[in-house]
Amino acid sequence: MNSTLLAAENLVKTYTSRRGPFSPASTVRAVDGISLSLARAKTLGIVGESGSGKSTTGRLVLGLEQPTAGKVSFDGTRMPREKTAEWRGLRARMQLVYQDPLAALDRRLTIGVQIGEPLEIHAIGTGEERKERVIALLKAVGLRADQADRYPHELSGGQRQRVVIARAIACEPELLVCDEPVSALDVSIQAQVVNLLRDLQEERGIAMIFISHDLKVVRNISDRVAVMYLGRIVEEASSDEIFREPLHPYTQALVSSVPVPGTPLKQRIILQGEPPNPAARPTGCAFHPRCRHGNARCRGETPELLPIDRDHSVACHLVASDAPAGRMM
Amino acid sequence: MTDAPLASITATAERKRGARLPVMVGIAIFWIAVMIVIALTADFIRPYGITAFDLKNRLALPGNAAHWLGTDELGRDVLSRLIESIRISLLIAFGSTLISAFLGTSLGFLASHFRGIVEQGVLMLADFQAALPFLILSLAVLAFFGNSLLLLTCLMGFYGWERYARIARGLAISASAQGYAAAVSQLGAKPSRIYIRHILPNIASTLIVSMTLTFPEIILLESSLSFLGLGVQPPMTSLGNMVGYGREYLTTAPWIMLAPALVIMFTTLSISILGDWLRDQLDPTIR
Repeated sequence: MNSTLLAAENLVKTYTSRRGPFSPASTVRAVDGISLSLARAKTLGIVGESGSGKSTTGRLVLGLEQPTAGKVSFDGTRMPREKTAEWRGLRARMQLVYQDPLAALDRRLTIGVQIGEPLEIHAIGTGEERKERVIALLKAVGLRADQADRYPHELSGGQRQRVVIARAIACEPELLVCDEPVSALDVSIQAQVVNLLRDLQEERGIAMIFISHDLKVVRNISDRVAVMYLGRIVEEASSDEIFREPLHPYTQALVSSVPVPGTPLKQRIILQGEPPNPAARPTGCAFHPRCRHGNARCRGETPELLPIDRDHSVACHLVASDAPAGRMM
Repeated sequence: MTDAPLASITATAERKRGARLPVMVGIAIFWIAVMIVIALTADFIRPYGITAFDLKNRLALPGNAAHWLGTDELGRDVLSRLIESIRISLLIAFGSTLISAFLGTSLGFLASHFRGIVEQGVLMLADFQAALPFLILSLAVLAFFGNSLLLLTCLMGFYGWERYARIARGLAISASAQGYAAAVSQLGAKPSRIYIRHILPNIASTLIVSMTLTFPEIILLESSLSFLGLGVQPPMTSLGNMVGYGREYLTTAPWIMLAPALVIMFTTLSISILGDWLRDQLDPTIR
């Protein structure tokens, strides 16, 4: 069996927007040439600040949006067009966990009905079997069987997210994309939900893409991490390595901001300026206006994502030209 | 965890709901039930035929032993005519309200599903309908095609559909852009399932309120048409028709007109009260 479950090649997604009826349309490249691959039962973390294109990437790999260029293949076959019967059938194998669980649930149906809905849609099992399955799923996500008759608004935020997760895993999907699943929850609940996701992944062998802006959470759950900046991946490596030895200046700044218990935050790199507007991309390396090491080459030439090590890739001129930024400090 | 207090809150809320029905709602339901029973059994409970003359007892006062609600200018029994009128008017009003709600909601959903040219078409039709005085449209249709009960009901069914269409379209678009509808579509559900199982129940409260507004308007519209002589034709009778013909005797025999007028008033009021209450009941978040 092929170990690569999901592969994306050179994905590009552009949105066009117009301010007025006569002004020229401006295009925004939300995702600008991303390639990634994910093996079965592994977790890829995607981090980046708001507007870096991480959620769009998640929607593209699920086929919820059509890429402007590039292609996504799932289990060796190309993603079918949206809203076709094939596409609907594939939903049983890939699922999305949302950031806001209350919005993702229908407030007029009990959670038991909603968890059983994917089974009904994909015609899995008989009525009785579905009921048993719903109860098993409730237990698997740490809810009680009698809570099946509750409505979403009667549950707490963490419980609602558990319901969304239960619904997502109801059809035993092979791929789960979690789009900021814990950022709407408070910190004590975050850990519970993250641990739940980890446990479920281990038990069921689900491959997962975990999108977050929270490095602590991503570090905890991911095998590999990709750092995105303005629609591109700037660094990709295994989770341990990227936190031990970040090479891209942007990753360094992100990693330096994560507090370590018991030690004061030293050598914290504070980024200057705002994240740039994706509609007006800086020339060359998109990060150069905020980079401490930027030089003339960075302003003129866009760096490619190049492998530095066996599985560590960086898109930075400074690293590639044998003077790794990581060692310049 | 937080389960225990939550459980007790919902339990008390459920108890409260099961135990008490507001008095007004109880009366409204009772009135509507009586009207429906009258409409269904009109042929059996009617003491006289609607065209039976009692020429000796013309314009008899209500409370008369033979005619409880009196008689009209031709000596026809007002009670019998009232019972028959309730049947005809309710049939037209219920039928038309349902037709208009179904038509409007379906067109609204079509517009929100296909967007583009379909949506523009539906919106243009809705604007057209809203801009054209409905009474003039119905006068034209009835003048050309003559009139029958079926035609009248279907014609009234076009009344107010544009409101449902606009409401359904707007709410369906907002639901499918984000939230539960997008989530269900992402589960692999077909559009029919999303619209019928998820969006329709969620917007039903708004549609029901809209129906309770349209229902009285249709009764009144039918009354106006009958009053103008283009609605229900004599010797058939409807509530509006009775008010129209009874008007001439307002000073000498007010009961001919007052009896149907009171029925119109109480029925529309009951429908409004019931609709209001039903909307709250259908929403699990405000129980």
